[in-house]
Amino acid sequence: MPDAAPLVWWQELGAKAAIALVVFGANFLTFVNMTWVERRVLAFMQFRLGPNRVGPFGLLQPWADAIKLLFKEEVMPAAASKGAYLAAPVVAITAAFMALAVIPYGPPFPLFGRMWQIQVADLGVGILYIFAITSLGVYGVVMAGWSANNKWGLLGSLRSSAQMFSYELSLGLSWVGLILTAGSFRINDIIANQAGWFWNWNVFMQPLAFLVYFIAACAEVARTPFDLPEGESELVAGFHTEYSSMSFGLMQIAEYVNMITVSVLAANLFLGGWNSGIPGLPSEAPWGFVWFFAKVGLVLFVFIWLRGTLPRFRYDQLMHFGWKVLIPMAVLSIVVTAAKEVVFPRVSVFR
Amino acid sequence: MDAILFYVFAALALAGALLVIGQRNPIYSAFSLIVVFCSLSGIYGLLGSPFIATLQIVVYAGAIMVLFLFVLMLLNVKKEEPHQVTSPWLKASALVLCLLLVFQAGTVLLRAPTWPASVPFDASTRSMAHQLFSPHFLYAFEATSVLILAALVGAVALAKKEL
Repeated sequence: MPDAAPLVWWQELGAKAAIALVVFGANFLTFVNMTWVERRVLAFMQFRLGPNRVGPFGLLQPWADAIKLLFKEEVMPAAASKGAYLAAPVVAITAAFMALAVIPYGPPFPLFGRMWQIQVADLGVGILYIFAITSLGVYGVVMAGWSANNKWGLLGSLRSSAQMFSYELSLGLSWVGLILTAGSFRINDIIANQAGWFWNWNVFMQPLAFLVYFIAACAEVARTPFDLPEGESELVAGFHTEYSSMSFGLMQIAEYVNMITVSVLAANLFLGGWNSGIPGLPSEAPWGFVWFFAKVGLVLFVFIWLRGTLPRFRYDQLMHFGWKVLIPMAVLSIVVTAAKEVVFPRVSVFR
Repeated sequence: MDAILFYVFAALALAGALLVIGQRNPIYSAFSLIVVFCSLSGIYGLLGSPFIATLQIVVYAGAIMVLFLFVLMLLNVKKEEPHQVTSPWLKASALVLCLLLVFQAGTVLLRAPTWPASVPFDASTRSMAHQLFSPHFLYAFEATSVLILAALVGAVALAKKEL
């Protein structure tokens, strides 16, 4: 499609603002419904029913919870460090939503005679930017646990900072192979690199990297086998023990948005993004969205599935696994991918 | 637009830096240092190198400061009490050193013949990589990584005597 006249700066600004609003709204709605899906699916896995009273199938339960949280009294511990205590949820949620800026959601589509894509900024260093912002997200958790002046909170923050620090390394290393084969940090280039048959997807080209990514992502968003920062049987609620009302709600939103982010990234970077995987099936606009959201949904479901299946790690196991198993695996994956790139440059083995 | 953003980031960096040394509580100092790193990253971005801007956040704000905070919280460092000044020479020497610093900075600023507004340098990721792995810098680059590795091994050897 030939591009129409270039946008004036205020048109460009308006378009970007609209896209940002769509991304924000979509993530927020996904979060709201994910809390319901997670509780229902977990309940079914445990032969319970889960929330099914408010609205049809209990679908309005998250909204009822939101109203409850909004009207609850905000309690701050008397000995808390006020500034950090109040800033912590803001830091957590800002970092969570900032990471969304460079992620493409679905294929480009035509509208008003030009091509659009649901992506706020197509940054050249996109994948590095996400790495940077997720590494900032830990400060919300650290500030929350430390400032509340509560032993459980402090222990939760300590665990959290050590865990993030250890697993961030493997997370970053698992992306190196993708950057090598795509020759770019741009997420759209990495998706374009996976076009064609489904064995071009990075999950099949670099299965070890995907495994490392998924495990490290699980740890980064502190989901169950790695939810030690809030291990309720030892630490009450970990870093958010002393948070109540909507500041607790904000922490929860940040956590879920982080989980959605890593799922979308898994779909984009490893599962071929909006590519159908079979050359006969269309990957363009309306269908691309179907494949993309199906993949994101699948990853999100696996996260819930894991929570319903696996027990929590012990802290020493967590550290041992992160440093002595996951990082060597990631390095091995890089070496194999790099060797493959040298022998068959820019050409997939099966193509 | 760039000029306004530059002044915003510069002001943030300076305010953060002042807070780092002005705080009594070391944890708040660490948080202020994170603000400084993030503003510096903004300035790098304005200078046309998103790669260095993101690396600044990944390495300094992300990795190193998390480690700092971890240690600060683990040792449970308390608020510093204001020191009682014992020596009468302390204030005088501080004043002299301050004047010396102002003098030095002033000379450098006055002597600098031209202040290059922007150095023509392609700061994209690809050209950065070509520069780093060119014969010019390759030796220094690899030597630095060996140096860091040596420091790592040394730290472990010091911490764990009976390994």
